[in-house]
Amino acid sequence: MNDFVMYLSYPFVRYAIIVGILISLCSSLLGVTLVLKRFSFIGDGLSHVAFGAMAIATVINLTNEMILILPVTIISAILLLRTGQNTKIKGDAAIAMISVGAMAFGYLIMNIFPTSSNLTGDVCSTLFGSASILTLTKGEVLLCAILSILVTAIFILFYNKIFAVTFDENFAKATGVNTGFYNLLMAVIIAVIIVLAMNLVGSLLISALVIFPALSAMRLFNSFKSVTVFSAILSVICAFVGMYISTVTGTPVGSTIVATDAVAFLICYLIGRFR
Amino acid sequence: MAYIEAKELSVGYDGIAVEKNIDFSIKKGDYLCIVGENGSGKTTLMKTLLGLTEPVSGQVLFGDGLARNEIGYLPQQTEVQRDFPATVKEIVLSGCEATCGMRPFYNKEEKALAEANMKKMGISDLALRSYKDLSGGQQQRVLLARALCATGKVLLLDEPVAGLDPKVTSSLYTLISDLNKEGITIIMVSHDIDAAIKYASHILHIGEEVFFGTADEYLHSKAGKAFMAQK
Ligand SMILES: Nc1ncnc2c1ncn2[C@@H]1O[C@H](COP(=O)(O)OP(=O)(O)OP(=O)(O)O)[C@@H](O)[C@H]1O
Ligand SMILES: [Mg+2]
Repeated sequence: MNDFVMYLSYPFVRYAIIVGILISLCSSLLGVTLVLKRFSFIGDGLSHVAFGAMAIATVINLTNEMILILPVTIISAILLLRTGQNTKIKGDAAIAMISVGAMAFGYLIMNIFPTSSNLTGDVCSTLFGSASILTLTKGEVLLCAILSILVTAIFILFYNKIFAVTFDENFAKATGVNTGFYNLLMAVIIAVIIVLAMNLVGSLLISALVIFPALSAMRLFNSFKSVTVFSAILSVICAFVGMYISTVTGTPVGSTIVATDAVAFLICYLIGRFR
Repeated sequence: MAYIEAKELSVGYDGIAVEKNIDFSIKKGDYLCIVGENGSGKTTLMKTLLGLTEPVSGQVLFGDGLARNEIGYLPQQTEVQRDFPATVKEIVLSGCEATCGMRPFYNKEEKALAEANMKKMGISDLALRSYKDLSGGQQQRVLLARALCATGKVLLLDEPVAGLDPKVTSSLYTLISDLNKEGITIIMVSHDIDAAIKYASHILHIGEEVFFGTADEYLHSKAGKAFMAQK
């Protein structure tokens, strides 16, 4: 505990924790939509794309890697959404192709142009998150904070529309809601969330960060609103607890947060079961 | 001028027609029943009217001050997943989304409209219940209330009574017929030919042969007689 308080006296630790909390907040927002709509596989595919982009960014030695990763992931999200709507090309196959391909090329590029002597370590931290988010540069911290706040604000503004389109897309479309636009918006938000979450937990654990809080909340609540609010709160609490444990015990931050999320899910599941 | 007019309309998927040469017109206050065998293209026709599916050929015209997106819709199967966390109130309110435009939140009138429609459908006391825990009949009423929030002009109902018991079925028919008397135009797909003749003002029969006319004319038509004899 004292250790933690001591760590908090460093400004960069405080920033890291604030960013961690903001990221976990916005990553939980679209959880329900991701769980219940076909977007779930898009989310998974995108995290692999983000990994590939990260590899390229590392190799060409960008100081701020997100400048490359973000647009690449957003464009892939839009492309995947397009192919998903096209009945002629199987959406799943396209996603599998893009995501596995991106992974393979990412690893290949990192191998051919190693930027540091510790390649396995580099790859590992891209996949499972860095040993701590303290390694984020100041610019990245600022960008993460701005994007998280932006995502949260957009989500709140479009909350009712996201509900209508997620619940019954055909009805929304028939009554004149521009569902194409909102699907696009959701795809872009998901892409941004994935890139943000990658900083916190690494690309392989993103889905867990996005989906666990929503699944937990769905065990306990009935309304869309309470599920959304509770999953946001739970996600923030888990991220904080995870970061605390990781700082004190020295465990890797990403997997500690996800483990905390999993424990929270188990608790919610049991409460829902025996209520 | 009619609300909705179909001219030599062919409906189908990916350019392949399921049903050809559909002609009909619906005026304000009409109650049209669409009958026909399974797979004859009734749902496809509904989706075409709503603009969810493109017509293969021919056209659908809207007039008399009706815009395409002023049609409330009760789907045959709701593609709602089993686990979706949503309360009755949230779902009914989402019907108002269409009138919101870019405005992010519902205003007082829209909330009042949702309340009124829940009351009309007799589901006010279910407002905070979870949709997935309701019975089939209750769920239909919720979706009907949502459709009423979207429009006061035309309701399109695709087999609203499928899977309901006789008592709930007849109360739903009465409800729909009352809405029609209030001036809402009804378009309903149904397999229940007796109810169709009892409540509807017009009948559209699709299948091998297309028939469109008043309920009375249908009883004396070839298509009608053949379809009645089957039952
Ligand atoms: N999405 C689709 N793509 C291609 N063909 C389809 C699609 N949906 C339905 N069909 C086909 O179109 C035909 C008409 O289907 P439709 O659902 O309109 O029938 P229906 O009259 O509503 O039947 P029911 O009484 O069973 O509801 C069927 O042969 C069906 O197989
Ligand atoms: Mg049908």
